[in-house]
Amino acid sequence: MSSDFLVEIKDLHFTYDRRPILKGINLSIRRGEVVAIMGGSGSGKTTLLRLIGGQLKPTSGTVKVDGQVVNDMSHKELYALRRRMGMLFQFGALYTDLSVYDNVAFPLREHTNLIESMIRDLVLLKLNAVGLRGAHKLMPADLSGGMARRVALARAIALDPMLIMYDEPFTGLDPISLGVTGNLLRRLNDALGATSIMVTHDVQESLQIVDHIYFISEGQIVAQGTPDEIRDTKIPFVHQFVHGEIDGPVPFHYPAEPLAQDLMLEGAA
Amino acid sequence: MNAIADTLRFLGNYVTTNVFRLGYATRLFLLTLLYSGESFRRFRLVLRELYSIGVLSLIIIMVSGLFVGFVLGLQGYNTLERYGSEQALGILVALSLVRELGPVVTALLYAGRAGTAITAEIGLMKATEQLSAMEMMAVEPMARVVAPRFWAGVISMPLLAALFSTMGVFGGYIVGVVLIGVDEGAFWSQMQASVDFHEDIMNGVIKSVVFAVAVTAIALVEGYDSKPTAEGVSRATTRTVVTSSLVVLFLDFILTSLMFTS
Amino acid sequence: MDLWVGIFVTVGFAALLFLAMKVGNMSGYSVGDGYTVHAYFDNVGGLKVRAPVKSAGVVVGRVAEVKFDNKRFEADVVLKIDRRFQFPKDTSASILTSGLLGEQYIGLEAGGDDQMIKDGEAFTITQSAVVLEKLIGQFLYSKASEDDSAKK
Repeated sequence: MSSDFLVEIKDLHFTYDRRPILKGINLSIRRGEVVAIMGGSGSGKTTLLRLIGGQLKPTSGTVKVDGQVVNDMSHKELYALRRRMGMLFQFGALYTDLSVYDNVAFPLREHTNLIESMIRDLVLLKLNAVGLRGAHKLMPADLSGGMARRVALARAIALDPMLIMYDEPFTGLDPISLGVTGNLLRRLNDALGATSIMVTHDVQESLQIVDHIYFISEGQIVAQGTPDEIRDTKIPFVHQFVHGEIDGPVPFHYPAEPLAQDLMLEGAA
Repeated sequence: MNAIADTLRFLGNYVTTNVFRLGYATRLFLLTLLYSGESFRRFRLVLRELYSIGVLSLIIIMVSGLFVGFVLGLQGYNTLERYGSEQALGILVALSLVRELGPVVTALLYAGRAGTAITAEIGLMKATEQLSAMEMMAVEPMARVVAPRFWAGVISMPLLAALFSTMGVFGGYIVGVVLIGVDEGAFWSQMQASVDFHEDIMNGVIKSVVFAVAVTAIALVEGYDSKPTAEGVSRATTRTVVTSSLVVLFLDFILTSLMFTS
Repeated sequence: MDLWVGIFVTVGFAALLFLAMKVGNMSGYSVGDGYTVHAYFDNVGGLKVRAPVKSAGVVVGRVAEVKFDNKRFEADVVLKIDRRFQFPKDTSASILTSGLLGEQYIGLEAGGDDQMIKDGEAFTITQSAVVLEKLIGQFLYSKASEDDSAKK
């Protein structure tokens, strides 16, 4: 109804413990898109997701989701909004004391008054969508990393969210699971008519499935574009990132005193 | 000069950190109370925690109570016999259990058995982002995770303490009457004559409720506040035992001086 | 699981009940259903609040309050006596000790008056606590004076 953009972020700053993490982020995500946010470790990508989900409050700037300003919401409004969001955490964050079935049923039981037989049908459908209907009796401890991730995905989409966020969905997966997960992510997004944001540093996998990519470095967006634009880019940072070169604008060495000085070759000055 | 400055800095830091933590703990505690309504409406959640906090502590509490009773019977008899008043054994056993040992030892055992479990579980839930995931699913972890455990603790502890005291009285009875041969009638009647329901038993129950609130709240705060790493959780678990033991003994002193001095 | 919680709660309450009935005395003497009578003593010794009030060795009430009466310069002991037991007006109250070192209690010895004492009235005949030091002092004193008179 409102704009084409589901998520709009304007001049977002975030400071944690007097350390600036995000310094003026502007981005807009169109409805129905799958967007990747990339950057090195510790560049503030996960923080950005938490800001969109309202788990953190920005130091300044605004985060708008579906036309509403997230950072001005009351606790109640925020929780109402979150029912329409799904989030997949880095290692799944399944409830270890509940079975796979109960994990997926959890949001349904918490937020709907559906009768148990309907919940059962829904849970099995969602599990079927991620290919794990047969595993509904297992406990999270019995699952492999890739399977746990998929169960968590089924749980995240249990309430048919309008926005799905993924925190490092590809970390620690073997190449097969990786391909499966990437594919699944794209298909689910299109099937549900949802919008997806994923934070990742897996360039090759992401380039195959997303519509738009943002690069974050040192708290700012340094590059953005479609996968094709990114592949051909001349921006040194992105080039280094995409092609995995060891040295470039992102130095191999953490900033330090010259080696000779650290080894005290210049005498005890 | 530097050492003094360092010490001052350390002290200042220590004080501010702990005042900060105290404030955090209080806020969390009030939130727990605020969200209690929801967990009572869904009593299943509390029931589950009653099982893991109360039922699973039964064995350790009952066995400990029995043995404490044995020891009280033996030691009490040896001392009282010197004054020719071994018939007062029942009084000694019952009063020391109901007033002090029941609530206090139960609270200490509870801190070790259930308190650590609570801290570790919540700490790990935090470390594995389960609490974050809950928040993102618009489910308040305070209502779903923290409050049910709190109330299960508060309900369990007085019952456990009563069981402890009962087992202790039986222990004293077995050693004193069955093994040593103190007169059975005197044992029970003297006990009944000097143990008062309001003065002794109810005060013991009040004590155990206070301890329950303290220990459970400490365990929950430590878990919720732990650093989300293996080391952080293990430190938090240790702190739960140490802090709650100290707090229980301190509160016991305060409560005893309020209750039993006229 | 529910079964276990049920068992736990039942056993817990059973233990509380056991403590209340078998270990303690759920006596209602102190609360409500009694009438109060005053008794004035020169010296209450170590008499404590909640000490038993006995007549013929049976507990009939409790000491509700021990205070100092600043007009009579005596101790005012408020007794709460069970309504089931009535005592004549000339009943005497004395502070006694159970055993040589035991706790102190109030002993009531009924008189022969037809009128029964009413709520708020006072026992007129009282006997104070025996203070051991005084007793020994008296004994030594009388012994000494005996010796003195014997010498003369």
